[in-house]
Amino acid sequence: KSSVQTIGEEQIQNPYTELLVLRGHQDIVRFLVQIDDYRFASAGDDGIVFLWNAQTGEKLFELHGHTHKITAIAPFSSSDASEEKNYLILTASADRTVIVWDCTSGRQVEKVSCFHSTVKCLTVLQRLDVWLSGGSDLCVWNRKLDLLCKTSHLPDAGISALVELPKSCVAAAVGKELIIFRLIASNDESEGWNVLEVKRLVDHRDNILSLVSVNDFTFVTGSHVGELIVWDALDWTKQASECNFWDSSVHPDVQPEIKLSQSPNETSVQHLTSDEECVFAAVGKGIYVYNLQMKRVIACQRTAHDSSVLHIEKLPNRQLISCSEDGSVRIWELREKQQLPAEPVPTGFFNMWGFGRANKQANQAAKKMQENTPMFFLELVGDLIGHSSAVQMFLYFGELGLATCSADHLIILWKDGERESRLRSLTLFQKLAQNGDLQLKF
Amino acid sequence: MISAPDVVAFTREEELEDELCSEPPLPEEYSVPLFPFASHGANPWAKVASSKFTQDFILISEFSEQVGPQPLLTIPDDAKVSGTFDLNYFSLRIMSVDYQASFVGHPPGSAYPKLNFVEDSKVVLGDSKEGAFAYVHHLTLYDLEARGFVRPFCMAYISADEHKIMQQFQELSAEFSKASECLKTGNRKAFANELEKKLKDLDYTRTVLHNETEVQKKANDKGYYTTQAIEKANELASVEKSIIEHQDLLKQIRSYPYRKLKESDFHPYEPERVLDPANAGCDQDLTTSDLAEPGETHLYAHVPSYTPKLIKAKSAKCFDKKLKTLEELCDIYFFTQTLEQLHQIERTFRGDVCYLLTDQISRALLKQQSVTNFLFEDMSFLDEKPPEKQYRGCQRLGQDAIDKKCLEEPPAPKVVISLGSYKSSVESVPIKMEQEMEDSQDPQMTESITFEHQENLDYLDADIKGSISSGESIEVLGTEKSAAGLTKSESQASLPISPSPQVGRSKVGSRRTVSEDSIEVLSTCPSESLIPEDFKASYPSAINEEPYADDEEGGLHFNPKLNPDNADEQEDLLKQENLVQVDSACCIGKESPNFLEPLPDLGQKPCDEDGVVRIPPQPYRQAEPGLHGSFGGFLSHDGISGGLLPYELDSRYMTGSREVSKNSLDECSDSTSYISSTASTCSDRTPSPAHPACSASERHKKKAGQNALRFIRQYPFAHPAIYSLLSGRTLIVLGEEEAIVKKLVTALSIFVPNCGLYAKPVKHWVTSPLHVVDFQKWKLIGLQRMVSPAGVNVLHALSRYSRYVSILDADSKTLRCPLYKGTLVSRLADHRTQIKRGSTYYMHVQSILTQLCSKAFLFTFCHHLHLPISEREPEESVVNRRMNFLKLQLGLANEDIKIVQYLAELLKLQYIQEPGRGVNPLLRFDYVPSFLYKI
Repeated sequence: KSSVQTIGEEQIQNPYTELLVLRGHQDIVRFLVQIDDYRFASAGDDGIVFLWNAQTGEKLFELHGHTHKITAIAPFSSSDASEEKNYLILTASADRTVIVWDCTSGRQVEKVSCFHSTVKCLTVLQRLDVWLSGGSDLCVWNRKLDLLCKTSHLPDAGISALVELPKSCVAAAVGKELIIFRLIASNDESEGWNVLEVKRLVDHRDNILSLVSVNDFTFVTGSHVGELIVWDALDWTKQASECNFWDSSVHPDVQPEIKLSQSPNETSVQHLTSDEECVFAAVGKGIYVYNLQMKRVIACQRTAHDSSVLHIEKLPNRQLISCSEDGSVRIWELREKQQLPAEPVPTGFFNMWGFGRANKQANQAAKKMQENTPMFFLELVGDLIGHSSAVQMFLYFGELGLATCSADHLIILWKDGERESRLRSLTLFQKLAQNGDLQLKF
Repeated sequence: MISAPDVVAFTREEELEDELCSEPPLPEEYSVPLFPFASHGANPWAKVASSKFTQDFILISEFSEQVGPQPLLTIPDDAKVSGTFDLNYFSLRIMSVDYQASFVGHPPGSAYPKLNFVEDSKVVLGDSKEGAFAYVHHLTLYDLEARGFVRPFCMAYISADEHKIMQQFQELSAEFSKASECLKTGNRKAFANELEKKLKDLDYTRTVLHNETEVQKKANDKGYYTTQAIEKANELASVEKSIIEHQDLLKQIRSYPYRKLKESDFHPYEPERVLDPANAGCDQDLTTSDLAEPGETHLYAHVPSYTPKLIKAKSAKCFDKKLKTLEELCDIYFFTQTLEQLHQIERTFRGDVCYLLTDQISRALLKQQSVTNFLFEDMSFLDEKPPEKQYRGCQRLGQDAIDKKCLEEPPAPKVVISLGSYKSSVESVPIKMEQEMEDSQDPQMTESITFEHQENLDYLDADIKGSISSGESIEVLGTEKSAAGLTKSESQASLPISPSPQVGRSKVGSRRTVSEDSIEVLSTCPSESLIPEDFKASYPSAINEEPYADDEEGGLHFNPKLNPDNADEQEDLLKQENLVQVDSACCIGKESPNFLEPLPDLGQKPCDEDGVVRIPPQPYRQAEPGLHGSFGGFLSHDGISGGLLPYELDSRYMTGSREVSKNSLDECSDSTSYISSTASTCSDRTPSPAHPACSASERHKKKAGQNALRFIRQYPFAHPAIYSLLSGRTLIVLGEEEAIVKKLVTALSIFVPNCGLYAKPVKHWVTSPLHVVDFQKWKLIGLQRMVSPAGVNVLHALSRYSRYVSILDADSKTLRCPLYKGTLVSRLADHRTQIKRGSTYYMHVQSILTQLCSKAFLFTFCHHLHLPISEREPEESVVNRRMNFLKLQLGLANEDIKIVQYLAELLKLQYIQEPGRGVNPLLRFDYVPSFLYKI
């Protein structure tokens, strides 16, 4: 089978030459959320929320309040211009509560426990100064934690993902469906709000796993069977879709077999991220770069990891970081191929045939192979090995480094050794001066 | 792939020195003057011809009231040690200087006999005929059956080397004081016990007599008393009196403040019950006596352990009676404790004096290197409380500020410190004393400058000689107080005190000076410690501890009928109470307001007035001001703190190093190689460690050195392995057999930089799969290779984390690690080295690592190597500068740079670490390829 690309022990471009292990959690750590420039919170199945200093690795607070595992976490910082910024976080747990924490004091600000089911997602709408909780229904809350309004009970498992859209709208992923809600402030009272279901989109064949907003005009969804759909954020129409990530052009002849053998996990769109030009999708073990302009996959790494990729992130410097169930974190760089294909096909791989036409594709596979040749490729520039179990998520802190959390209960802070060394020297001389040791004494 | 290490002969060291000619020369403290008789082919280590014993030993003697001075035991307890040396004769000599006159009797104005709580006296004696010199520690123990209730004993440290005794006087004094305190504590316990029994006997006798009298009274109704009856009545009266006397004695002995044991935490103050049957017995007796008191009729009912005997009227103090042995006198538990302590002393001071001195100097210097010594030095010694100096440190706390100021001024002309100057400074003092006689108020005289211009004085100066040897061969060369006085005199300069209040008191000490026959006591003072209550003891009116006993509060507490169950608590209470009382009594009772400082005069006055020349022992620390002059500039500010340096320096290390010692204990427990080490003693050939706690680690060093030597000879890839350790890459020793793996780990452990005080990064044996956290914690790991599913996991984890580790496979003799092309390790581990012995190799490694440390220190603390000089300077030029410094200035090549960089990181981390906050251990690593080395 196709082997995973490996990189030797020599990784010149890998800046992370120092690591700090942060211990505290007693179960799988699933969420990391950035609070401000140097702080982040971690949460997981043990129900505890930790606040950390990303520079020193110092544990700032240990927040106890939930009795079950934490299912969602969102930063909830007030942007009151008058007061100084108030750093809050929202956490939702399987104990059917949502707690608001103050990150400065490490205290529990308030606890909401009137939910009928577990809240699976939290979204803060800064524009409207409200926050939403999604579970078996969608609730709208204001900053004071008053319930403004809620929807009726939703079918299936309830809302699994929420994304904010323009014009006071939100898109909620409910099973295979995508439901668009609109929030309306009542005319009579200032406090009155209403939430209306505007549209139901049923284009996905399987559960929607990931939902990401690209810009004010576009958002993207990915499903369990490897469908990626690009939507117009204003009129909620489908702009484009990609559904055959699993289509391995390497084995065009044995495609049906491959299709059968492929478990849904290997084609499911686990995570999506985007910059202005591209959507980056973690599909099964691979990573795909889909260009919105060209409406095609421009680069891919079919087996980027040994097992499912759980989280990917685009860095400003054309780099991409992915983490996976195999316990590793890999750093990729999107590079342009030297020789461009002689005849770039504008329509490319983008197709509008609908779904489930595998046989048709198979017929055209050979032809498509040429068309499909990406103009870019992802090069592995480094890998970070430290966790002994699945790396659930990571948080990129720019210069401060990278925080990764894992099922082995650990959080690892990866740092640029050179920079840290320099900083330590700086601190050292500051301390010397402070102690007055710099003066010569005879 | 394997870079065969080039031959670097040991003699290449000189070349190295040429390379680093910019380095300052060897500190002068280390330069040893040439042996004066070297030209005659004499061996400086040859035994003094006249001495009749082969090694130093400790002698305990008693001045028995029956047979006179007699030796009791020697430590080590081996006939070979003392050889032909006449212990009886020497006992006679040393015991005859016991001028303590510890006297018990009826002091005028007191109805009852009083116990003397005499302080020990310490003298140095020389017997040039026998070639023996001794530190003699006199003490008295209480014995109810002895004359005056006291038995004089002495412990003597006997050596053929006079300088050793003189130079180690302070240390000896401190150590022997501990032993003495232990003995005396046990003795007080036993004495109280004895008194109680005696009281019970008396009580019983009284009852019997009383009954007899009653019977007689009844039988006799003639109205007059028979002579028999009168005799009985007299007897009864004398028994009554005796009871009161003994009760008083008991009260006195109980009131003894147990302060010293409380201060020095070396001996358990209260022995455990299990270990101490005598104690248990004592408690039982207390119970019975307590119960027996109210109703005399129950006298026999509650006596399980001790049956009172009838005391014959004139049974006391018979000369044919067998005197109690030392063991009986002191309670077996305390006796064994004391013996242990004495053995410790013997071990500590074994070996040549120059070794002891060098060791002490090194230790003092190491303590100053607070920044780097955590890397490779054994930190356990920092845990040690410098004996005796601590008292002084405490005392001086009050005047710290003044002292500091004083010391920060340009120092006095540098004293050339060498073994020679120790000698001469000792000798120069008598002359100085004469000057002081004329001008004793002038504090200037006591400054260290005075030593300097008299340096060339010969010890065998005719004047001194004449005054000390008066025909016979024993000389008392000096005592503790005088030495203390001199040491203190430094501080006199900064804090002048009026000596007058102390004069009267110090005379007391000198009054006892005996100058009989062949013995000359040059000076003496009874107590060794400087705490105020000691002066009471030497002051006539304060000899008896009356204030406590008669004190209302004291009387209440010291009542012998106290509930025995609370005895322990009571005693604790007493301790505290007495401490307070003593202080207040001292302040009120004495005219001296500043009793903290009277010592200089106390030491000097008696000599002056008696016209006895005194040669005080000279502790090496006295030379410290000079030492700072030469060292302080280069090293750090720490050197400035002067005389109290050992005490004051690095309180953070005190706490930290305790951890270290705990850790090393752990090491001991988990490694078989250590187990025997504590019990065994070093052979005579190797110099013994100067610090007791080191003996185990010394043993370990030797063993590690030997194993390391074997390792570098056996494995051609030793260099990359050692490089891994020095550069902070975890080295895993993989093997099936635990013993082999542990041996390798022990061998390699001497190359592991000690990443911090809190965790020694060596793990001897691990069986579970490793994790990234382990590499953060441990830099050297012994790992079990197993042929089981679990073993597969272990190996899987190893391959997964291979980028963080080097793997030394002990079974297949392979090494997987990065390439090493530097030169440093080849000097450190030359497989063709001529070094044969483990301890020597260990020292060789230490010296090179110390060099490395100094490089790392320079690199870390050079400001411009890490930070831009001007704000606009780009980072690249700083990096260039840094690399140039490493390559050109420090002469490092290739991978050696990484070693220094790693050590520098450790230094930085150590320095910037916030005290009290645990460091978040970080793991640094490089993405470098590894290679497989095979034999």
